[in-house]
Amino acid sequence: MKKKIKIKSSKKIITVKPNLANKIEFTTPANLPKDVPQILFETDWTYAPAPEATDHAKINKKYDLFINGKWQEPKTKKYFETVNPATEKVLSEVALAGKEDVNLAVQSARKAYEGEWSKMPASERAKYIFRIARIMQERARELSVIECMDGGKTIRESRTVDIPLAAAHFFYYAGWADKLNYAFPNQKISSIGVVGQIIPWNFPLLMAAWKIAPALATGNTVVLKPAETTPLTALKLAEICKDAGLPGGVVNIITGDGSTGAAIVEHPEIQKIAFTGSTDVGKIIQRTISGTDKKLTLELGGKSAHIIFEDAPIDQAVEGIINGIFFNQGHVCCAGSRLYVQESVAKIVYKKLQDRMKTLIVGDPLDKNTDIGAINSKMQKDKIEDFISGAKKDGLEIFQTSCRLPKQGYWVQPTLFMNVAQSHKISTEEIFGPVLAIQTFRTVEEVIEKANNTPYGLAAGVWTDKGSKIFHISQQLRAGVVWANTYNKFDPTSPFGGFKESGFGREGGKHGLSPYLQLGM
Amino acid sequence: MQTERLKVNKTYKIYIDGKFPRTESGRYFLFKSKNSDDVANVCHCSRKDFRDAVTAARGVFPKWSKATAYNRGQIIYRIAEMLEGRKDQFIAEIEQCGYTKEQAQKEVFKSIDSLIYIAGWSDKYQQVYSSVNPVSTSHFNFSILEPMGVVSAIAPNKSPLLGLVTTIANIIVGGNTVVILASEEMPLPAVTFTEVLHSSDVPAGVVNLLTGYRSELASQFASHMDVNALVLTDADAANGALQKSCAENVKRFINWSKIDWSNGSICSPNFIMDLQEVKTTWHPIGI
Repeated sequence: MKKKIKIKSSKKIITVKPNLANKIEFTTPANLPKDVPQILFETDWTYAPAPEATDHAKINKKYDLFINGKWQEPKTKKYFETVNPATEKVLSEVALAGKEDVNLAVQSARKAYEGEWSKMPASERAKYIFRIARIMQERARELSVIECMDGGKTIRESRTVDIPLAAAHFFYYAGWADKLNYAFPNQKISSIGVVGQIIPWNFPLLMAAWKIAPALATGNTVVLKPAETTPLTALKLAEICKDAGLPGGVVNIITGDGSTGAAIVEHPEIQKIAFTGSTDVGKIIQRTISGTDKKLTLELGGKSAHIIFEDAPIDQAVEGIINGIFFNQGHVCCAGSRLYVQESVAKIVYKKLQDRMKTLIVGDPLDKNTDIGAINSKMQKDKIEDFISGAKKDGLEIFQTSCRLPKQGYWVQPTLFMNVAQSHKISTEEIFGPVLAIQTFRTVEEVIEKANNTPYGLAAGVWTDKGSKIFHISQQLRAGVVWANTYNKFDPTSPFGGFKESGFGREGGKHGLSPYLQLGM
Repeated sequence: MQTERLKVNKTYKIYIDGKFPRTESGRYFLFKSKNSDDVANVCHCSRKDFRDAVTAARGVFPKWSKATAYNRGQIIYRIAEMLEGRKDQFIAEIEQCGYTKEQAQKEVFKSIDSLIYIAGWSDKYQQVYSSVNPVSTSHFNFSILEPMGVVSAIAPNKSPLLGLVTTIANIIVGGNTVVILASEEMPLPAVTFTEVLHSSDVPAGVVNLLTGYRSELASQFASHMDVNALVLTDADAANGALQKSCAENVKRFINWSKIDWSNGSICSPNFIMDLQEVKTTWHPIGI
């Protein structure tokens, strides 16, 4: 750089070389002067590897089912492998729970519910949940590493988001256990009984915490099934429950596949089902429980709109877009997967977005520098690739970075599609991967109509520096969570859940209690 | 010799989009009074009537959901005033259903009082059930309530006015719009109630009322893709088949069949909450 920036200090004048990475570039790519130096991200943007050690993480060769506070062999005698999606290496074998095993888990949960757990003073119940939170914090490093190995997510995210938030969820709900009368004044409140919970593979331990913590705080007992591809941290949580001295049967953790989940949903002695997963499966569950008295909460898919206005802080917005779609490889039900950019700033947003994408490091999830880890499974990778190749075939304008992908494991490059039609599959269907569909808009009315034109209603994002506009837009958006000038933020005190086909019921906060309670007048 | 004056009978219609049409199907079913020779040719509504009603309810939803809470409260209070003014007509009509004078009076008075109770909640339930959430990042985070949207409801068979009025008021006070099927056995007070609604500044389409057979219409109430929630109020209607149809668009299934509308249990904001979504908004705090 020829030009130097002068900064006056009290003593002397120092010259500072402008930091190119922080330079705000307002020229559009079309008329960018030729002499402006550009960073070659492929070569100038490298880091030395910084892998997290894995030797302190204890993973058993084989896991049985956690029923009645004990590890029990499955009646099916069957086990299945869980694989590290970044290396395709087998990590462990876990039990496949069949109908009989589900029944045993439910019976043990029922016995615990009718016995010790429901008779215990709420303040004592709270102390058990606090204990679980504390042990999770103490073992956070191990849990982070296992989460990373079993699911493919980056260590950067598992140690800063998944595990701390999971512990925080237990901590938050523990405190509610003996204060429920303050959440529902003037009402008769009682627990429900045995709760069946089925969770997805994108945030394995965090989803287990979202499910178990409020269920225990409200005095219920639990049968939880982790996802087929990510059972390990839930099994570590079973160890934690045991180490916390939690009475046997209060939490039962059984691994398995879709048939195990179906057996939980169909079991007549379960009083409530809580499910997080795809809208298709959610609909099947809603059908299955119809005609019974089972309570139900569903946290399903999404195709969340992310709206960038011309008066937005563009650099921050670009960071938000990146976080919105590439966080956790895009395996996020509330991912900001439909981007709406106001036409007047579309060019500059595209340019900055592409530049920022070039800095994303895809690769070893255990490396602390990695931004995007492995796709959770081969099946999911194939599904994402089908979407990408289909869109390419339809002639959609695509941008992908030229990052090198590891030979082993399941990977997808961060991908943008520009000028996508509102009706195209890429803008209407949930991809659950690092693929962003971009459209432009001119007016507020237009973007609200486009954003709401979906059967989903989980989340939405809006970027503008005008406060009144934020309230106007967030009021019109039919979505359960609205992130204004931010995206993909989570907290145990903050209720989460969808409108329309994204499900019903809320998890988190005070509103996350009522799905686990019987409220009377 | 003076002859007795010949009574003018009323044609009972339905209520869609603030208008009083007969059913598009042209069909009717007969209602016979239990205490006089009166008969009424009640509209035997079709699925098309239901679809038209949903279109009307969807059309006015943005307006009604954004009406101020104070305004919605005033309108529901106005419904109570109008009902009070016409109470004798309703008492007579309910007597025709086989109620004694005393029972009919009770049904009407409780309906009016229920409206007053619910009108009062219009600008209060939000304060009771919303929250500001103390997140551990530098964000201002709050959860507010929003109406679910278009609600289809099947009014209780046995409570011709109180069950209907309480159901409607609990749904609309929170900004939802509704298509409701009147009691099949006792449809006349429901139809007359739409005239009360019509004179109470309720915007056209906010409440739509059909008469007809449950066996024919209930499945459509449950499966329509542009309806956000289904409210059932009778045990016989709360069968698995309707709940199953709700899954088609993840419709909220609200079962009020265990509620005895004649006792104090009508007094709870939980019914309003049953038809509210929680929306959480995050905004960073910074300079």
